[in-house]
Amino acid sequence: MSHSLVNWFKYASPASFYPLAGRMIPYFAAAAALLGLAGLWIGLLVAPTDAQQGEGYRIIFVHVPASWMSMFVYCVMAFWSALGLAFKTRLSGMMTAALAPTGALFAFLSLWTGALWGKPMWGAWWVWDARLTSQLILFFLYLGFIALQSSIDDPRRADKAGALLALVGVINVPIIYFSVQWWNTLHQGASVSMTKAPSMAHTMLAGMLIMALAFWAYTIAVALARVRCIMLERELSSEWVKRNATE
Amino acid sequence: MQWNSFSDFVQMGGYAFYVWGSFGACALGMLLEPWLLKRRRRAILTRLSGQEHLQ
Repeated sequence: MSHSLVNWFKYASPASFYPLAGRMIPYFAAAAALLGLAGLWIGLLVAPTDAQQGEGYRIIFVHVPASWMSMFVYCVMAFWSALGLAFKTRLSGMMTAALAPTGALFAFLSLWTGALWGKPMWGAWWVWDARLTSQLILFFLYLGFIALQSSIDDPRRADKAGALLALVGVINVPIIYFSVQWWNTLHQGASVSMTKAPSMAHTMLAGMLIMALAFWAYTIAVALARVRCIMLERELSSEWVKRNATE
Repeated sequence: MQWNSFSDFVQMGGYAFYVWGSFGACALGMLLEPWLLKRRRRAILTRLSGQEHLQ
């Protein structure tokens, strides 16, 4: 027990997390590439044509994983923010800041692919529907977080302000998730219908889950790479940076 | 395999613009982000090696 506690605190310091993160990146990057190729193979080549939406439905193989990740990343940011505010660990703020651009990217991709799906299926790029609007708010929360952090010079104050924004904004995530149940939305409810012919639904579901895992691995790899950059930038003058940077 | 020919695959049953616009944007974003990070890291390392040089 005491051993694991020691390890936790050991890796909470940038000096020891930096090399650990560096060792983990290649594995997550490789996993992202392999899972991504497998997901594309299933989504574009193996999965059958949808009875109602034709080939246009294939957009969901990137739309759903991007949307899931955009919500999940924000939750992880809120988790690190709470940890940072409670324990004042330097690493928490850096992790939150490292995740925000990737979350923003996925929120944008979710909206972009959603628009490209909406045009042929609904006849509109955009509607002010509860699901779409709350997802747009999530994208603005990410942009707001990035803008807020970059407008404050002192990293500790920037982390604190960002953490507050992340914690307040996380209320929006369940709103996005349950929006299709709470309001009468144009956006469909379940992403994969299990009531269709089982073999079909299973291939689609498998493709989507593999793509989601690929996006997950990608996010971890990219966030670790970014947190390493942030660590170096913030602690350029410290001894450990001089020792470790070239590793 | 769902496709009879490569051109069938490219045309995506008439949804080519929407399907490739979606997958293309994702590919672009997820290649651009690691590339920007690589550049950011290289810039930091250049700055660091400059510091060492001064000392």
